[in-house]
Amino acid sequence: MHKYLPNTDAEIKLMLDEIGASNIGELFSPIPEKVRFSGELNIPKGMTEQELDKHMEKLSKMNISMEDMICFRGAGAYDHYIPVVVNALASRSEFYTAYTPYQAEISQGVLQAIFEFQTMVCELTGMEASNASMYDGSSSTAEACTIALVNAKKRNKILVSRGLHPETRQVIETYMSGRDVDIQEVPLHEGETDYEKLAEMCDESTAAVCIQSPNFLGIVEDMDKVSGITEQNKAAFIVNTDLISLGILKPPGDSGADFVVGEAQGLGNPMAFGGPHLGFFAASGKYIRKMPGRIAGETTDDKGKRGYVLTLQAREQHIRREKATSNICSNHALNALAATIYMSVVGKEGIRELALRCANNARYASEKLIETGRFSLLYNKPFFKEFLVEAKEDTGKLNRRLLEQGYLGGYETKEVYPEMGNGWLVAVTEKRTKQEIDNFAAKAGEIV
Amino acid sequence: MSKLIFEMSRKGRRAFELPESGIPERAALELFPKEYLREKPARLPEVGELDVIRHFTELSRNNFGVDSGFYPLGSCTMKYNPKINEKVASYKGFAHLHPYQPDETIQGALKLMSDLGKMLSEVTGMDRMCLQPSAGAQGEMAGLMVIKAYHEKRGDIERTEIICPDSAHGTNPASAAVAGFDIRQVKSNKRGMVDVNELRELAGPRTAGLMLTNPNTLGLFEEDIVEIAKIIHDAGGLLYYDGANANAILGKARPGDMGFDVVHLNLHKTFTTPHGGGGPGAGPIGVKEFLYPFVPKPVIAENDGMFSLDYNRPDSIGKVKAFFGNFLILVRAYAYIRTMGGEGLRKVSENAVLNANYVLSKLKDTYDVPFGDRCMHEFVASGEKQKEMGASTLAIAKRLLDYGYHPPTIYFPLIVKEALMVEPTETESRETLDEFIDALIRIDKEIQEDPETVSHAPHSTALGRLDEVKAARTPVLKYNFGEEDQ
Repeated sequence: MHKYLPNTDAEIKLMLDEIGASNIGELFSPIPEKVRFSGELNIPKGMTEQELDKHMEKLSKMNISMEDMICFRGAGAYDHYIPVVVNALASRSEFYTAYTPYQAEISQGVLQAIFEFQTMVCELTGMEASNASMYDGSSSTAEACTIALVNAKKRNKILVSRGLHPETRQVIETYMSGRDVDIQEVPLHEGETDYEKLAEMCDESTAAVCIQSPNFLGIVEDMDKVSGITEQNKAAFIVNTDLISLGILKPPGDSGADFVVGEAQGLGNPMAFGGPHLGFFAASGKYIRKMPGRIAGETTDDKGKRGYVLTLQAREQHIRREKATSNICSNHALNALAATIYMSVVGKEGIRELALRCANNARYASEKLIETGRFSLLYNKPFFKEFLVEAKEDTGKLNRRLLEQGYLGGYETKEVYPEMGNGWLVAVTEKRTKQEIDNFAAKAGEIV
Repeated sequence: MSKLIFEMSRKGRRAFELPESGIPERAALELFPKEYLREKPARLPEVGELDVIRHFTELSRNNFGVDSGFYPLGSCTMKYNPKINEKVASYKGFAHLHPYQPDETIQGALKLMSDLGKMLSEVTGMDRMCLQPSAGAQGEMAGLMVIKAYHEKRGDIERTEIICPDSAHGTNPASAAVAGFDIRQVKSNKRGMVDVNELRELAGPRTAGLMLTNPNTLGLFEEDIVEIAKIIHDAGGLLYYDGANANAILGKARPGDMGFDVVHLNLHKTFTTPHGGGGPGAGPIGVKEFLYPFVPKPVIAENDGMFSLDYNRPDSIGKVKAFFGNFLILVRAYAYIRTMGGEGLRKVSENAVLNANYVLSKLKDTYDVPFGDRCMHEFVASGEKQKEMGASTLAIAKRLLDYGYHPPTIYFPLIVKEALMVEPTETESRETLDEFIDALIRIDKEIQEDPETVSHAPHSTALGRLDEVKAARTPVLKYNFGEEDQ
């Protein structure tokens, strides 16, 4: 007997009698003897809950949590504060132990939450439609590129800004490796996408242009400039963005984006060593029937009452199979629920205050670092919650020194952006206090 | 029904607070050029904290999970999600790790991933695991790309076809298409298995591989698996195992021993991580040693008891997601495997198969079961007889809602008319199964006596049957704010 296996020996016998089998082994007789596994799995004996809890706690303590350090690193995962309400609600098991809401009548909770999520994403991005979520920012960006490519028929060039997260660029490459596509990287100029170069590269064979704003270096891109180029060449415009930044920054939809995608971990989801995070995917009206993944829509029941269902399923793999717009099935619904609760808590005024606090904290931190004389801003461009400085001290040494003092310092850019010298990408969320920033800057600026 | 959170919004109400900053706060205009700034605020709701609590609590009450009741959704393995796994996944040393921390601060995480990989290798009979894929479909895509990279590395570039059975999950052909393959479909024979003769015709110099779920989606073990593997390997192709149904075979049979070269597992099915209302899951892939150079990077390396992430993988297909995998899902799956142990896992499959056969045995006189009297962890019944009497499989499913059950998977696999696919899982007791069986037998009686009651079900849910056609024809995908909210 095991706590997760309720059948008693007596019941097993009764059930076998009902089936007409003499023992459980007989039920496995369809497995050809040649491939039957008759040994014991080499996996340690099971643990009780108490033993497991101790074991897991011990394993977890072999790591250093960002709760026990002060985090100034971003680069795709951000240490935002998570209001306690988020987990109190998202951990309700009616939500997390449910499957995808195909049986709408008993899944209105998840369906309505998705509908609210879609609305909030549309509000922030300025787009007409959003899906229910994607795995993460990288795959949602890759899927947007795919849809733009498939939809553009004879055009086969995708222009990807070097300002995109390096891992997102790699995921785009992987996702599109099976297709006839020419992916070209648009270089950066002074920390922004090189708009002049982009204008040269973009032509009638370009299916899409993909930029990130704020980009990987934290710098806000001039989206109107990019959309001028994409419109002229009738290429789709894909923007990867940070939803929190849109509390103050112009929605990409207002700049004519066709797809707005990105990573929304920072909205109520922990950094979790990189996953599960939350991809979002929004599109302009003309792409509604091309979007990947699940979408909730409003409808009525047989008595005319308002309700929600998964809709436009004719796009999806379980109906269209190899002709589907994407192969996605499971998504990150629970992370989207957490983000929905988070955005409800933050609210209309709060999202503006939050975005402004991040921007101010980052600006302040950059000034404090520069004041030490040991850092200089690499590019003098408007940035949101992350900024790139060049350090006098080798960034590897600098980070090791800071680690000993309890700080996770900036992200070292030298491997992924060798052209940026001894670059150090520092992220400052609303969670960082003035004192933390002051101390961090002082320690970072020490001459050793 | 419930109000939308936007309909609860009142100007000036709030649930959010920021601490005093001490840093002189500059206005947005001082930080960014005007043309970069938003003109109108995003209409997120203006609500108090208790509003948020009541709203989402109400939504949760309008939702049915495994904790609410029996959920025999075929092919989805809706088993109990242990609470201890939720607790340990929330430990700060797991939940609050930055993905780019230095190796010496993440040894526990890397060790856990390394050990999980080894245990999953043992369960599947594969040599190596890669934990990166976010879900089954992403695992399929990654696994197929590995197969492609392998053929290409050998200069074997004419292999453009993936063969899938007609009973396959939709993700199989969809993932093969994403990976850039052409899809060839192989029929099922009268006994619901891959038609080996047809497979022999299809396999050839263009075959890159075969994707197979085993037990298949009819809940049947492919009895010719050894021959199937030989046909594909002799043709120069590789075998891909869709682990959606792995709950049937833990400790009983291993894909690696059956001849599979690549597998993916759905940790959110077999290994109890919650489905989350649609996700997140995790879809790690396992490969035989000769395919290891091609798996997504980074992989975990161990050197003198120290773990690190190895990016130096020149033949890797690249990355399928940012960072390393859905780590907190991996934590839960690890906790589950350590709870069960090797012997416990075998008992999981024994009880899963026992439960499914028990339900099958008690229902087979009432509902048609086109593919025999025995099954593995799930079986597919047909509602054709009931449809002739006036209630479709959809109606039966909706009527089950009135009895307090989540219905089985319906209309899948596509090769069974009016399909009802039942997967009880091992975590359900005999009483629960008996009550469910009784409900299905009663519904059959109702159909004989009063088919209208069934065909207009559900009657007891807060909402009646929802109009899906209307939703698709005139899509309303977001809240329409009234004029005063503009």
